Amino acid sequence: MTEILIALIVLMIIGALVAIETSNLLYSVISIGAVGFLLSIVFLFLSAPDLAITQMAVEVITLVILLRAIAGSGREAVSDRRSIFGTVVTVAMVLILAGFSVRMFADFPEFGQPVTDRFADAPSNMYLREGLEKTGAANIVTAVLLDFRAYDTLGEATVLFCAVVGALSILRRKTKKQPDEPDEENEP
Amino acid sequence: MIVKTVCGWMKAFILLYGIHIILYGHLTPGGGFAGGVIAASAFVLIMLAEGEAVGLKTFSRKAASTWDSVGVLSFLVMAGLGLLLAGTFFVNFWTTDESAHFTLFSSGIIPVCNIGIGLKVCSSLYLVFVVLTAMHLALKPGNKGENS
Repeated sequence: MTEILIALIVLMIIGALVAIETSNLLYSVISIGAVGFLLSIVFLFLSAPDLAITQMAVEVITLVILLRAIAGSGREAVSDRRSIFGTVVTVAMVLILAGFSVRMFADFPEFGQPVTDRFADAPSNMYLREGLEKTGAANIVTAVLLDFRAYDTLGEATVLFCAVVGALSILRRKTKKQPDEPDEENEP
Repeated sequence: MIVKTVCGWMKAFILLYGIHIILYGHLTPGGGFAGGVIAASAFVLIMLAEGEAVGLKTFSRKAASTWDSVGVLSFLVMAGLGLLLAGTFFVNFWTTDESAHFTLFSSGIIPVCNIGIGLKVCSSLYLVFVVLTAMHLALKPGNKGENS
């Protein structure tokens, strides 16, 4: 179990490195897709099917959009010289983050041991214990998302809505000119 | 040809799978967001396989905008109904007893909210794809609709 996870994560790291290092944009996008799909399998092994389904679906859409963007841009390869300052800053940030992570991992419970065991009065314990009676939803993830923490879901929906409104407003002048689309506004 | 035939077979199944994930979100893994993304991928598939014209005829930009707003508004209306009927924003006012557990019509407003979010996510992602694809079309030299 742990070995499978380690193998998957190593593969993900290799995929991410390939995505950065290769100069061909298509290879890069495909590597990013591989990282996403491997992450979906990792979620499945960690008993989080909700996340796995979402990750898989979002990954497919992202991949399609990225491939489409590459096909449209007409560029196939990128070459980028690396600045020494950027490399130094990146290495420093990675080292700092690694230091914090090592400090954090020392406090983590054993693998597979829920962290809520330590806090008997944590709200998540209540969600797990009384979720079915209080909401009637058999899927506890949905019960938390849409009943106990529905405010967060509303915020998430608002973020998505604002993102789409922004994208439509910025790119509107170009979409308006599509020949086979009914005009919404009068042409100038 | 092959792509179009496969798309014709698959689009209904993909859409159906997305709707199933949305509707059964409170019983099985999934929910409004995941189901909405899968349903959107069905429309993206139509757009890729049959071309932009057919895709926009199947699910026009205006309809997508409308459903986007309808989805997020229905979610808000369910929250507001909770405020009106039971006194708290987002309270699950339409509770069911224990015999209804594990059936489709259990858990009150959660399936309704799931449907709203599913509609919202589906049309949002489709709109994003349309916007990006149309931009790519407009930037291509020699396109009819480029200058006006």
